[in-house]
Amino acid sequence: MNTSLNWIKDLVPGLDCTAQEYFDAMTLSGTKGETYTEYDKNLKDIVVGQILSVEKHPHADKLVICQVDVGKDQPVQIVTGAPNTRAGMKVPVVLPGGKVAGGHDGGPKPEDGITIEAGNLRGVESFGMMCSIEELGSSREFYPDAPENGLYVFPEDTPVGADAIDVLGLHDASIEYEITSNRVDCYSVLGIAREAAATFRKPFVPPVVTAVGNNEDIHDYLTVEVRDPKLCPRYTARMVKNIHLAPSPEWMRRRLMGSGIRPINNLVDITNYVMEEYGQPMHAFNYDKIAGHKIIVRRAEDGDTFETLDGQERKLDRDILMICDGEKEIGIAGIMGGENSKITDDVTTMVFEAACFDGTNIRLSSKRLGLQTDASGKFDKGLDPNNASAAIDRACQLIEELGAGEVVGGMIDVCFEHREEKRIPFDPEYNNRLLGIDISAKQQLSYFKPLEIRLDEKTNELVCPTFRQDLLRKCDIAEEVARFYGYDKIPTTLPSGEATAGGLTWKLRIENIAREVAEFNGFSQTMTYSFESPKVFDRLRLDAEDPLRKAIALSNPLGEDYSIMRTLPVNGMLTSLATNYKRRNKDVRLYEIATIYLPKSLPLTEYPDERTELTFGMYGDGDFFDMKGVVEDLFERLGMKEAPKYDPASGKNFLHPGRQAKILYHGECVGFLGEVHPDVADTYGIGERAVIAVLDMPKIDEYANFDYLYRGLAKYPTVTRDISLVVPLPILAGQIEDAIRANGGPYLESVDLFDVYAGGQVLQGTKSMAYTIVFRAPDHTLRDTEVQEAMDRILAALEKMGITLRA
Amino acid sequence: MNEELQRMREEALKKIDNATLEQLNELRVQYLGKKGVLKSLMTQMKTLTPEERPVFGQTVNALRDAIQEALGGRTAQLNELARRARMAAETIDVTLPAKKQKIGHAHPNSLALDEVERIFVGMGYEVVEGPEIELDEYNFTKLNIPANHPAKDEQDTFWINDKFLLRTQTSSVQAHIMERGRLPIRMIAPGRVYRSDEVDATHSPSFHQIEGLVVDKNITFADLKGTLATFAQQLFGPDTKVKFRPHHFPFTEPSAEMDVSCFKCGGKGCRFCKGSGWIEILGCGVVHPRVFEMCGIDPEQYTGFAFGVGLERIALLKYEIDDMRLLYENDERFLRQF
Repeated sequence: MNTSLNWIKDLVPGLDCTAQEYFDAMTLSGTKGETYTEYDKNLKDIVVGQILSVEKHPHADKLVICQVDVGKDQPVQIVTGAPNTRAGMKVPVVLPGGKVAGGHDGGPKPEDGITIEAGNLRGVESFGMMCSIEELGSSREFYPDAPENGLYVFPEDTPVGADAIDVLGLHDASIEYEITSNRVDCYSVLGIAREAAATFRKPFVPPVVTAVGNNEDIHDYLTVEVRDPKLCPRYTARMVKNIHLAPSPEWMRRRLMGSGIRPINNLVDITNYVMEEYGQPMHAFNYDKIAGHKIIVRRAEDGDTFETLDGQERKLDRDILMICDGEKEIGIAGIMGGENSKITDDVTTMVFEAACFDGTNIRLSSKRLGLQTDASGKFDKGLDPNNASAAIDRACQLIEELGAGEVVGGMIDVCFEHREEKRIPFDPEYNNRLLGIDISAKQQLSYFKPLEIRLDEKTNELVCPTFRQDLLRKCDIAEEVARFYGYDKIPTTLPSGEATAGGLTWKLRIENIAREVAEFNGFSQTMTYSFESPKVFDRLRLDAEDPLRKAIALSNPLGEDYSIMRTLPVNGMLTSLATNYKRRNKDVRLYEIATIYLPKSLPLTEYPDERTELTFGMYGDGDFFDMKGVVEDLFERLGMKEAPKYDPASGKNFLHPGRQAKILYHGECVGFLGEVHPDVADTYGIGERAVIAVLDMPKIDEYANFDYLYRGLAKYPTVTRDISLVVPLPILAGQIEDAIRANGGPYLESVDLFDVYAGGQVLQGTKSMAYTIVFRAPDHTLRDTEVQEAMDRILAALEKMGITLRA
Repeated sequence: MNEELQRMREEALKKIDNATLEQLNELRVQYLGKKGVLKSLMTQMKTLTPEERPVFGQTVNALRDAIQEALGGRTAQLNELARRARMAAETIDVTLPAKKQKIGHAHPNSLALDEVERIFVGMGYEVVEGPEIELDEYNFTKLNIPANHPAKDEQDTFWINDKFLLRTQTSSVQAHIMERGRLPIRMIAPGRVYRSDEVDATHSPSFHQIEGLVVDKNITFADLKGTLATFAQQLFGPDTKVKFRPHHFPFTEPSAEMDVSCFKCGGKGCRFCKGSGWIEILGCGVVHPRVFEMCGIDPEQYTGFAFGVGLERIALLKYEIDDMRLLYENDERFLRQF
């Protein structure tokens, strides 16, 4: 929404402020300004001058020397190259030291304008410059009488020496607002002016609309039938005969210009003007093109097509409301008129429409049609049906004022909804309590008056005008008090009342520890999108029936690459590693705290399982066992005191078949780790061995435990036994350790593998593994026999597995 | 005799003073050993008269003490010199590079979130989470955004089906927390939200918000202002000024947007605040009574306020990151700067 500041000032005559002051004050009272443009920002010392004489320049064919009367004692000499220069013309003249906004070609304008100094053009002195409309920062769009190329020419009766900017109406600013969706009334100049009046506490003087029209009755010319009152709660129509198309007057053009609307002719300009002023879109039909002189408002039929006045063919459906005549469709209600009934230059009689259409329907229709217009943009907010008749009368008044035609008497008004004023209890104490202020009822009431909210003293109710559709209950009134008391004057306090402990959930505490462990192990944190392409599953070589392929799909994704919610976090990590690899970053370590989304049913009928997965990935320095160390560091830090177990049968197709493991804690799978399968690494473009680990945090959260118990310091010495074993190749270190621990008895303290060797002197099909086994009793010094018994049990168990002591 | 002893004493002390550690041992044997000089002096005792003997004895004893002391002193002195020499030889170049483990870095979003959490936890807020795949009811209806409300379109929602969507705002957590039925409430809810925006330097279809909600008896708009002013000063520095402008959100009334004085230029105007001296930082307001009613809280008894902050917005501003895409590319050279 844009308005000319002068238009507002005309409606609030006491308003005396700069554009900046206006902009700031309105923003603080709730009509937020986005930006503003002062038309005269770079225009200085520009007066109306009259060219007295034009002489040829002695040294240049394209230049002429003019003597110009600028209202001073002596004429000034100005050299110009403008093609339309002739004696007697009144033109804008910038005097030496003055400023213009831009060049005569209408190109980009410099930030601070262009300063004009006295100069010398090819040996002839020149004291100033005569200007085109482009040099004054505007264009022929808004000054259609300006020549295409050359000096702007004032009417003959313009006083010489007058402020040219004033004459052009350029001492004005265009203000752009961000209107919130609840303030439908502020999508109009009158609405904004009312807010300005309340903000600056000046009287609001809206235009006085008098009913105009000849002795005829529109009902003798036209009938209107509304077949869908829900989608069209009100339809008003008036008629104009003997139309005289002409440019609209300068004041109207200027105001439209401030709203960013290009003037066209008096009829179009009046509809646009009233749309801006009242926020009520209007449409004009050519009466002679209305078959049967009958307007019917009804829904379209599925499959209908219709040519809108921009010449485009539109596909219609049952939910699109149409304006029709006795035979055919002539306009899409509230969105755009039809090619078949549009106003052309030969029009003699026309019908004005000011209606109220259902906002939601217009919004959805306009979206389906892919057609957004100024009108649909107003209707889709949901207009006040009471506004329609006022607006159409205003339009007819302007028709007469501008001599654009003869208004036919009477108005057709098909109205299904008489909106009542809303009544809200006046509770000044509630307002004070809610806002944390203490102001009198009288002061509160003083804010309401300019807003046209009045107090019914009998019922102590505030009666709100129908255009304020946002005022529904007491809290809405409190906001009005806050706005005009001033948000900035409301004190700043902290909540009193019961203290609360605050803090993080267990899940978030564990995540924070995970972050610390990851970062101290050299991993930097990444974030990747939660939605990805379904092709990811093939890239990761998941089996066709893998349950992870059952992903939640978006119905309106941005594209296939963002169309499903991830069911595993691996793709994001591999993508991040690949990005780094492609950018030649060395020894990269990354982690992500990623959410995966596992549906309990598809299609989705209940909340899915959203699980947090701690994902590590690295390439370069570090292998499988480094990653395993990171996992175990984390477990240690989370108070998970058991040693995790690793099962190589983890079945991940995206990992190296011989270098992957499930991570088991208390026998439960809590994650996996492994080297990325070389084919997968190739697919992603990671040219080095990469290792990833994924921990399922909901399970980790269950096992994390910060209850510690001191168990004393060992008082008795240890007994250490080193053994060297010959082990069949398929047996894993984890199995041997399990066997030693299971059979080591109560005094077994630790088992450490210190050497593994295969090949050379070791028997084919076996490997040599050497362990240090440490025993200690908490209450006595161990006797040799106690240790020997334990060792015998261990060796017997190992022997059953085919493991022998190395000779 | 005495003169001889005196001479002997001087000679011994002089030798000790100039001795090396090895020579000291020899001198100890030479003077104090079983066959040493002092032992042989004592054998001369028998040649003396009974009257001379005690005097002689005392003199010899004094000589022994002096030699012992000198030996001890000299030993300590030499040890000290040796230790000093050794340490002098051990001097290292302390400016040689450190041996350190390469540590990883937190994502800038996390750093900004940590700050925000620290501030609100300090004020007694709990940090909670809610689902990202959300029911229409929680994302819209219970926030006073009924079916066909324009705000539903404005937010460019990603839909899964007619019931489920990707939440467009962390405000969706409000109703979940209110429905727990435990009052008072002081919470913040950080998390991911989704809007159907194409990726560019300032837009992302997925970003993070932090919702805040306070519900208690006697909560006022003034409390909202005070709380958020405190937050802004803690986050951006004690000289930060705040400005509240009226705004509209369906689930708060009155509603406001909060600007903070530009923490880059202090309010003078710069490229970060586009010359205005102010930066828009969050939306907030007094909880709409309709929201309370829908969550089973009596709006006559309880009032509250809510606010929502864009996490990326804070991270981008605070760390002067000029392109939002950097946050989701995960280039280690970027991440290591935080």
